[in-house]
Amino acid sequence: MKQSSAGPARAGATRAAGRIGVLAVLVLAALYSLLPVWWLVVSATKGSSDLFSSNGFWFAGRIEIVRNVSTLLGVQDGIYGRWLLNSLLYAVGGALAATLLSAMAGYVLAKYTFRGREAVFNTVLGAILIPAPLFALPLYLMFSATHIVNTFWAVFIPSIVSPFGVYLSRIYAAAAVPDELLEAGRIDGAGEFRIFRSIALRVLQPSLVTIFLFQFVTIWTNYLLPSLMLANDRLQPVTVGLVAWKEQRGQTVPYNLIITGALLSVIPIVVMFLLLQRYWKAGLTSGSVK
Amino acid sequence: MHPAPTTPTTAAPVRSHEERTGPAPKPSGPTPAPAPRGRAVDWRRWTPLGFLLPFGTLFLITFVAPICYALHQSLFKLHRSGLGLTPPSTVFTGLSNYADALADGAFTSSVVRVLLIGAVQVPLMLGLALLLALLLDARRTPGKRFFRLAFFLPYAIPGVIGGLMWSFLYQPDVSPIADALAGIGLHVDFTSDSWLPWSVGNILTWGWTGYNMIVIHSALKAIPGELTEAAALDGCTGWRLAWHVKIPLVRPALLMTTVFSIIGTAQLYNEPVVMKAVAPNLSSSWTPIMAAQNEVAANNYHAAATRSVLLALVIFVLSFGFMRFVNKRGAAL
Repeated sequence: MKQSSAGPARAGATRAAGRIGVLAVLVLAALYSLLPVWWLVVSATKGSSDLFSSNGFWFAGRIEIVRNVSTLLGVQDGIYGRWLLNSLLYAVGGALAATLLSAMAGYVLAKYTFRGREAVFNTVLGAILIPAPLFALPLYLMFSATHIVNTFWAVFIPSIVSPFGVYLSRIYAAAAVPDELLEAGRIDGAGEFRIFRSIALRVLQPSLVTIFLFQFVTIWTNYLLPSLMLANDRLQPVTVGLVAWKEQRGQTVPYNLIITGALLSVIPIVVMFLLLQRYWKAGLTSGSVK
Repeated sequence: MHPAPTTPTTAAPVRSHEERTGPAPKPSGPTPAPAPRGRAVDWRRWTPLGFLLPFGTLFLITFVAPICYALHQSLFKLHRSGLGLTPPSTVFTGLSNYADALADGAFTSSVVRVLLIGAVQVPLMLGLALLLALLLDARRTPGKRFFRLAFFLPYAIPGVIGGLMWSFLYQPDVSPIADALAGIGLHVDFTSDSWLPWSVGNILTWGWTGYNMIVIHSALKAIPGELTEAAALDGCTGWRLAWHVKIPLVRPALLMTTVFSIIGTAQLYNEPVVMKAVAPNLSSSWTPIMAAQNEVAANNYHAAATRSVLLALVIFVLSFGFMRFVNKRGAAL
């Protein structure tokens, strides 16, 4: 605070300049983040010819979004709707199963003492550190040797295993499930699974939402695994389908429909992120803050 | 293609938990409790196993088995007889697949390529994420909620869809960016060979800065207020406060984001694969995973397994090497 004696007016001026500078940096970064998304929204409203002739960051004369969506849903016997449903099935089903399995494993790792507990948990931790795409190829080689490839299960089975979910649910169970409650259940004569179902799961509910959300996003955004496993386009999720269309360079499906499809495919996930902010932030930061 | 939104890194939070429940003062698990009925004891001994079984079985199938399978496959080769009249046989060839992979120029240069991209892109992205996190953490910044959401939005968009959007924005005949640049006399082709690493790096930076910013920002928020107030009383404010107090305190978060970004770049796949549609010159073995997949497409499963194992090794050496390097320097400081 020594410099403040040099002149309050000058200090005030530098401070104002500094604040404008800060705001400028933030606005520029926000533009960088948002402009491509804006482009996606704007382009999804354009017809095929307007897409090439009009300014990419502004609307063309006609808003064709409704026609784009209805044409998109009709292309190749409605394959796009099928892809969306597939994505939903893989993501919702997979995330539900993964959450249940993780909750069971994490609960036991937190609340029971048994031989090998730490070894099990450390193995799970190690698996978190190895990125999933690294497993995709070996998994494909293994599955193709056992003829599971190109079936629903080839994508679904790997989707329901979430070491990160086990890690989270162990942390939450250790912190949130009181031993007294479990003992009370035991004294009442409840079986171990019943105690888990009626006591532990209830207490853990909010954290289960976090685990579900993360797994949902992981499955919905996955590309490498389903693109390797599924040759049949009726089984593919929307990510794989859209990339395949793009690879044909607009020859089978025009670009404006691909763009509309991309927009439709991100809406569910963006909405979920915005609505459930509380939950994903809890998971996002649970490892980083000491 | 970055790591899934997983963030646990250090075993620190876990360890602290163990201190609470491990050798806890109170008996924590059900095992030490006095067994009321004889048969119940038996049941309880098997309870953990029963609960772990579903996850454990699937974990073995989808995580442990593929590693073992890839390692095993990498030691064999398919031996075809001269005329191809008899079915090919699998022969044990030791490490010769590895020698082949290392002699394969396309594969080694794909590894070098992602390392170079990472060496430029990771520091740029994390620098930007740290800067934005610090600005959002400053007391008088306006519109914090809006900016935080704006920066985070790209993360909510799947990697391939992000790649799809950017490939349109780069595509020579459609690109509004190239259009705007041409307006001021600059003619740029984002899909040309020399631009490709930058174009792909930009997609990564766009998609992941917000995620890293949130992680660093929450670490900043966890700094106790007394600490920054005390520093402010000593005349340490603004950038000096950030440099001398805040940044050292969020070192664990920075370390974590760096390791995950390194891992993420090494397994680069989605973005360049999507870019191929607009950049026909992009080679099909541009990144290591693409190179491995190339071998699958050519039915060289043993070669693909070998490349997967090698890439896992590279990632392991990089991330652990970085952590050890930082810890050593941290101890010396």
